[in-house]
Amino acid sequence: MKYRSVFDIIGPIMIGPSSSHTAGAVRIGLLGRNLFGRLPKKADILLFGSFAKTYKGHGTDIAIIGGILGFSTDDKRLTESYEIAKQAGVEIVIRVSDETPDHPNTAMITLSDDKAQMSVQGISHGGGKVEVSQINDYPVQLSGEFPAILILHQEQSEVMTAVTQILTEQKVKIKHLEMANREKNAPTLTIIETDQPIQDKVLHKMESLDSIEKVVRLEPIS
Amino acid sequence: MVFRTIAELVERCQTENKTISEVMIVTEIKESGKSREEVWKLMEKNLVIMEEAVQRGLADADRSRSGLTGGDAVLLQRYRKNKQPLSGDLLLDAVSKSVATNEVNAKMGVICASPTAGACGIVPGTLFAVAPKRQATREQMIRYLFTAGAIGLVIANNAFISGAAGGCQAEVGSATAMAAAAMVEMVGGTAEQSAQAVAISLKNMLGLVCDPVAGLVEVPCVKRNAMGAAIAMTAADMALAGIKSAIPVDEVIDAMYRVGTAMPSTLRETALGGLAATPTGKELERRIFGSPEE
Repeated sequence: MKYRSVFDIIGPIMIGPSSSHTAGAVRIGLLGRNLFGRLPKKADILLFGSFAKTYKGHGTDIAIIGGILGFSTDDKRLTESYEIAKQAGVEIVIRVSDETPDHPNTAMITLSDDKAQMSVQGISHGGGKVEVSQINDYPVQLSGEFPAILILHQEQSEVMTAVTQILTEQKVKIKHLEMANREKNAPTLTIIETDQPIQDKVLHKMESLDSIEKVVRLEPIS
Repeated sequence: MVFRTIAELVERCQTENKTISEVMIVTEIKESGKSREEVWKLMEKNLVIMEEAVQRGLADADRSRSGLTGGDAVLLQRYRKNKQPLSGDLLLDAVSKSVATNEVNAKMGVICASPTAGACGIVPGTLFAVAPKRQATREQMIRYLFTAGAIGLVIANNAFISGAAGGCQAEVGSATAMAAAAMVEMVGGTAEQSAQAVAISLKNMLGLVCDPVAGLVEVPCVKRNAMGAAIAMTAADMALAGIKSAIPVDEVIDAMYRVGTAMPSTLRETALGGLAATPTGKELERRIFGSPEE
């Protein structure tokens, strides 16, 4: 079942006018920022479906930018997010696509700076509920409601054994584990949702393992 | 485990001798791992935000940025005071408070989605009309939101609650059903009567399309929030009178899902059909954005 909490239905507390096109959009932006790990230099925002058709009316663009800036759904600064992004030196590009997406409320956010670039595709289900459906070229399913670690590694079962061992040592429980593959010979993306935030030392331990290329920690969104 | 259907929810109420709100609270505690106090506090915060939005909407007759909406809640309250309403004073109070909340939403004010922002007026509108009339306690008012949330959860998991996915029937329709069930519980009706109120109200929302002018959550959303409150109150009264839906509530929800999936995308929040595509709808869009959205 997609909805498990009464607060998915009553809530979020938010700036209007739309839970899917404004509040959900804020959360997609925020998830993008959290996955990227910092404020980017550039944000390229590609909108699909109903997002593409009605973003001006709902302030979907304003909302996604606000999320990228780190604002929550009820932050009154949201309405000024274009100006705040400009002051912070973040270049914003808004584009719309004619393609018919799998879900009508879809956005693809590409965040970059001098060091890195990351594409995050998010969908907004309504009532503020969102999901990350793609990271770079990997199809995923990530709600962002729980702390998570994303591990890019070569496909070796020993890696996962070592990872789960590190988590067990630190008494971190795994709520959900998912592996995504892009193509043959490409590294695997494993997403682990946990019952508690991941500490720095856990992150460093994992980073030191052979055949792990990258570890990203995701803070949950409220 | 979260209850999957309304039938399952009602059965749990009956076997455990609990209200819908209580089953929802217990389920939330189990699912989230939070304490009863934490869960209660979170919902209380939502109640406070709803109350503030209603009050702001009743006091503030300013128009929205687009100029499309604003001031109708104030008009309704004035009419209530000075004239003899045709439909009934309590009903109009609920309608005006529903409109007030949705007008605040259109002004990019702070609201609590219930279940969405586009339909955010109906649950608080009915609540803040019925509660003072029936001398409901603060506790009963918080329970109102848990009951509404329980119904919304089932609808969200078996159908949808966003206009883009299932049309306005999924948004205003869901909110109306949620409010109807919560009203029944607040005035002492049974869980079964709440379920009947859901069926009766949702049946009257089937097929309602999402066709916002210029893509803004204003026209016709504000007035649909008004009618949602009116239908919710009527459905609650019908259920309390002992009227039963010929089609079981979970089948009505399933019908809503099937109607929504059959709707063309022009009628699902793309601003390409229905009222948005009328000559006046297009003209308003040009006036607001300079040119029709591509």
